[in-house]
Amino acid sequence: MKTKDALYNYCLRLADSNMIHGQRLAEWCSRGPFLEEDIALSNMSLDMFGQAEMLYEYASSLSEDELSADDIAFRRSEREYFNCLLVEQENGDFAQTMMKVFLYSAFAKQLYESLLNSNDETLSGFAAKAIKEVKYHLRHSSEWLIRFGNGTDESKMRVQQAVTNLWRFTQDMFEMNDADTALIDNGISFTTDTLFAKWQLNVNEIFAAANINTPEINNTITGGHNGIHTERLGVMLCEMQYLQRAYPDAKW
Amino acid sequence: MSSVKNTESSKSTESLIWALLHTVPDPDIPVISIVDLGIVRNVEWKNEKAIISITPSYSGCPAMSVFVDDIKQVLNGAGFQSEIKTILSPAWTTEWISQSGLDKMKAHGIAPPEDETGMDSIFAMQKPVTCPRCNSKQTKMLNRFGSTPCKALWYCNECSQPFEYFKCH
Repeated sequence: MKTKDALYNYCLRLADSNMIHGQRLAEWCSRGPFLEEDIALSNMSLDMFGQAEMLYEYASSLSEDELSADDIAFRRSEREYFNCLLVEQENGDFAQTMMKVFLYSAFAKQLYESLLNSNDETLSGFAAKAIKEVKYHLRHSSEWLIRFGNGTDESKMRVQQAVTNLWRFTQDMFEMNDADTALIDNGISFTTDTLFAKWQLNVNEIFAAANINTPEINNTITGGHNGIHTERLGVMLCEMQYLQRAYPDAKW
Repeated sequence: MSSVKNTESSKSTESLIWALLHTVPDPDIPVISIVDLGIVRNVEWKNEKAIISITPSYSGCPAMSVFVDDIKQVLNGAGFQSEIKTILSPAWTTEWISQSGLDKMKAHGIAPPEDETGMDSIFAMQKPVTCPRCNSKQTKMLNRFGSTPCKALWYCNECSQPFEYFKCH
């Protein structure tokens, strides 16, 4: 794979994960368990959209078809999205959403820490900006998991159920493909092996404090980075892309 | 000689432009300017055009697009053509907010960012923020998130008032 194509593909992967995660969090807007948390969920969603936008703009500058950031965000079909499978999963209850935020933020933090050393200036600049925001999300979601895990029987049951539902999608975040090979050779991105070890340490630390058992699951599912998704994404894109599909080039 | 002269005249134009930028308010906290906020990184007068480099405070902050429009409008009003460049690295930090910005923020009732070194760990105790009204340290965090991406919501037990805290970033 040519470096430029690999970089384009990699930017879409990062941007798509952030946008899909942000879109899911936005579904909570006006439905949060209480006002403060409603604001927190919308704030995290906003950070994700901002991060996605930076990366779509960068992808747009690399695009040979002169696609705009909006074209890229709203006019691709499911198989052309490269986000990780975890973020496209439904929100479920509040415990499941917080578990999803936690597992993804812990990953994003490690990823951006490595990208600070990228040879690509835009990616390292992006990482320096984004890492501060995801650390904040990580802290917020960690605190909730600890509260749930040390709370009532109901909250303990729900947070354990949340990790049982989501655990099979976590391996997918660390999957590498041809794009990674091309970029790792050029010092633009890095192998995810070390990321995985650090992520696991972080997860173990919080799960221990929250008395959450790490599930033993064999039905791991991967494919997001290659555009192979679960059935959740298509349904979500139908709603998200409706306006741009029905009224192409519509603007506020 | 003429190039020296040109450099001098562009320097004076640049300081004029800086003065104009001092009049552009932060749309969310109008008492401080975008220069106080520290998002203006560089001003260059080149080929009869002002090139302003700004750095985003928060990735998704809706105020960013307002900044760009406001800068253009103010400079245009003074007869300057302008171009706005966004730079990501180094990332903006609250340490770039000027002392006068911090003072104005406090006078406006928003607690300015406080040193949060060592707060990286999840298990670190949150240090109490000083109440901007009564300077008490008897405060507690109500919500890590607030009305804008840059603020959190706090409460003062001493004067029984909620207040906003500009997060250390």
